[in-house]
Amino acid sequence: MADFDEALTAFAAEVGSEGPVCVRGGRTRWSLGGDMAPGTREVAAPAGIVAFEPAEMTVRVRAGTPVTELHEALAGSGQRTALPERPGGTVGGALMAGESSIARLGLGPVRDGLLQARYVCADGRIASGGAGTVKNVSGFDLCRLLVGSLGTLGLVGEVLLRTMPVGEVERWVHVPGAAPDPARSCHTAASLLWDGTDLWAFLSGYGVDVDEDLSRLAELSSGPPEDVDGPPDLPPHRWSCTPSEAASFGSGNGAAGRFVAEVGVGVVHASEPQPARPVEPGVGELNRRFKERFDPAGRLNPGRDPLRKP
Amino acid sequence: MVRVVARTLAEATRRVLGSRRRTGRGPAAAEPAQAGDAALAADLEAAIGADRVRSDAAARYLASRDASIYREGNAGPVCYPDSTADVVACVQVAARHGRAVSPRGAGTGLAGGAAPLGRPVVLSMTRMDKLLEIDVDNGVAWVQPGIVNLDLTRALAPHGVHYAPDPSSQAACTIGGNVANNSGGPHCLAYGVTSAHVLAVEVVLSDGSVVTLGDLSAEPVGYDLRGAFVGSEGMCGIATAVAVRLTPDPPAVRTMLLCFDDVSDAAATVSAIIADGIVPAAIEMMDQRCVRAVEDFAQAGYPEDAAAVLLVEVDGPAGGVSIASERIAGIARRYQAMSVRTAADEDERARLWKGRKSAFGAVANVMPDYYLHDTVVPRTRLVEVLESIYEIVDRYDLIVLNVFHAGDGNLHPILAYDSRVPGADERVHAAGREIITMSLDMGGALTGEHGIGVEKREHMSRMFSEVDLDQQARLRASFDPYCRMNPGKVLPSAHSCSDIAALRASDASGVWG
Repeated sequence: MADFDEALTAFAAEVGSEGPVCVRGGRTRWSLGGDMAPGTREVAAPAGIVAFEPAEMTVRVRAGTPVTELHEALAGSGQRTALPERPGGTVGGALMAGESSIARLGLGPVRDGLLQARYVCADGRIASGGAGTVKNVSGFDLCRLLVGSLGTLGLVGEVLLRTMPVGEVERWVHVPGAAPDPARSCHTAASLLWDGTDLWAFLSGYGVDVDEDLSRLAELSSGPPEDVDGPPDLPPHRWSCTPSEAASFGSGNGAAGRFVAEVGVGVVHASEPQPARPVEPGVGELNRRFKERFDPAGRLNPGRDPLRKP
Repeated sequence: MVRVVARTLAEATRRVLGSRRRTGRGPAAAEPAQAGDAALAADLEAAIGADRVRSDAAARYLASRDASIYREGNAGPVCYPDSTADVVACVQVAARHGRAVSPRGAGTGLAGGAAPLGRPVVLSMTRMDKLLEIDVDNGVAWVQPGIVNLDLTRALAPHGVHYAPDPSSQAACTIGGNVANNSGGPHCLAYGVTSAHVLAVEVVLSDGSVVTLGDLSAEPVGYDLRGAFVGSEGMCGIATAVAVRLTPDPPAVRTMLLCFDDVSDAAATVSAIIADGIVPAAIEMMDQRCVRAVEDFAQAGYPEDAAAVLLVEVDGPAGGVSIASERIAGIARRYQAMSVRTAADEDERARLWKGRKSAFGAVANVMPDYYLHDTVVPRTRLVEVLESIYEIVDRYDLIVLNVFHAGDGNLHPILAYDSRVPGADERVHAAGREIITMSLDMGGALTGEHGIGVEKREHMSRMFSEVDLDQQARLRASFDPYCRMNPGKVLPSAHSCSDIAALRASDASGVWG
């Protein structure tokens, strides 16, 4: 059990124990899961890196820290986290949205990177889930429950995240005319994006392996692969599919409009929103029970509901 | 009545901390079946068939324990369901009789998680052992919970994929048990524990309803309930089908044996490998006593004069594997490695791993009993942690064999002893408590992969505050407001009041009634 630092206890005091309250991060995903109930008091989580342990491959960071700022600090030691970088987006926001980075194929989903969470409960007290180590199964897994919960179960103030090494060589390439499936044999691909015509690949690894994958991509390409600064412009809406559903977008998913599919992952960025996904009644009921148990008065981020995420 | 049951809980804890023989000689017979059980068993038989329910002492005795030293489990009727519908029927019958339900897989758990408390209906899931569907395109397979971990991996082999978590008990343990314990294994260093490999779970809840938690899409809607379910030790519901993630077989694998004449150099090598930005698939460490026991038992080819050996595996694309293994060899030499050996072929690789995986069996040649701990410490502090363990064990005049997942700081000190020696049990438990305290003081965790079960339940408040435990209790109660699923585990008694009520109901016609 740890003593909580001043920033965290001050955050808990600000959240208090009564009245509706929401957390403002970078407002990059502000409307995800519904609009904030009118009149809700806004607070901001504390910011700053508490402790980065490169040899442990973990970083303790306050939830209000921008992800880009965190990654700049980690880059000095050749590391990063699995959190997505959005301009202004915060660590807490990324965890609460639960949406993976464009390089999920290589970095994994956001949920797997959270080792410990210190958060303010609905009653204003500070709770801690998980442990300060890279492996832990002591008790029920509150960390997994919190990721993607849109701040409706507890307000995250400080987290311990797993870091991972940045590749020795990292390159984004545009591969005109390449089909997505054969590209999956590129082992260094941390991201493969496909818009129905062209492929983009983010290769990350040892130089010799990246070179091998580049020649593999060149064989799939209708023209020479070209280095680019990053992914293509992504359409605004996010679809969540199985990898094979995502691969079928090329044969015409009119409802999606223009699209960029994350090959091997199942996230599709599309110009049209994904139709509401059906939720089993039993699962809906369980979601309601969790909300009632963790926030009986419904004061945490009222108006938001992870069941209404697209 | 409340007092009586509270007494059993307290007593159970005391007995865990007191003495039990792991080898279980001269076991107490299961208590005789009771009047209330006859009606319960009859209803269960009517629901799923007479040949699927057993109430005899032998069946109940076998279902009363797992591989831990905990011996106070007490099973009611034991059911062997064939289908989700059977599980639902059993749960409904149990609920009608006001009885709890405890699921079990192969019973290889090491923390008493599968030991039934309060004569619940026990559901042995081992008949539900089918591989239902392999979908390589989506990297997923649906399996029944009773499938054995290694059988799954063997069935997947022709498809060029595998199931990554590989506990040492993988030849016996089931996927359902792995889900309950969020099990690990050597290769979880690079690939993550069970939670990262379960995409969806079909679960029968305590009210008999069936839900599917998670789905096969990239980002399921709602709370991550499959994440909350994995590792819940049977207390949130019963998994009846599991969608597991398939991991592509790596194009290249290299397995290395690094030998040291000083334990500290071996431990420092582990920290240096991680600090160098290399993430091997596995880094396992064994100290000299363990190496010798393993060599006697499995002839893995470990040098018996080494104070410690590291088994390191690197996988991925061939170029990187070659570069990383050279860097690892360089680091080992910098820390005075006596020898650096790379497995020349698959046979040698299999032999090196066989040594590691048979370590627990090998202990039997050292002493008749052992007590295994499973704490986790920051992996940068391995040197001082190992020194502390040797100091504690020396002070209690015990033998320790260290064999553990060094890469992620997950210790497995095996305290080997002979419980026939007066006072040995007490010394083992006192030393164990010190190891736990030392691990937590170093910023560690109670358990890395074995779970809390009954064994570490009362230690939870040393790692978590009242608020933390209250939050965990809420998670459990959201799934099972009746506390009827495998009651009495994980949470210390002060946080499991409803469990005590459930246990009381189970024991209503019990021996103290």
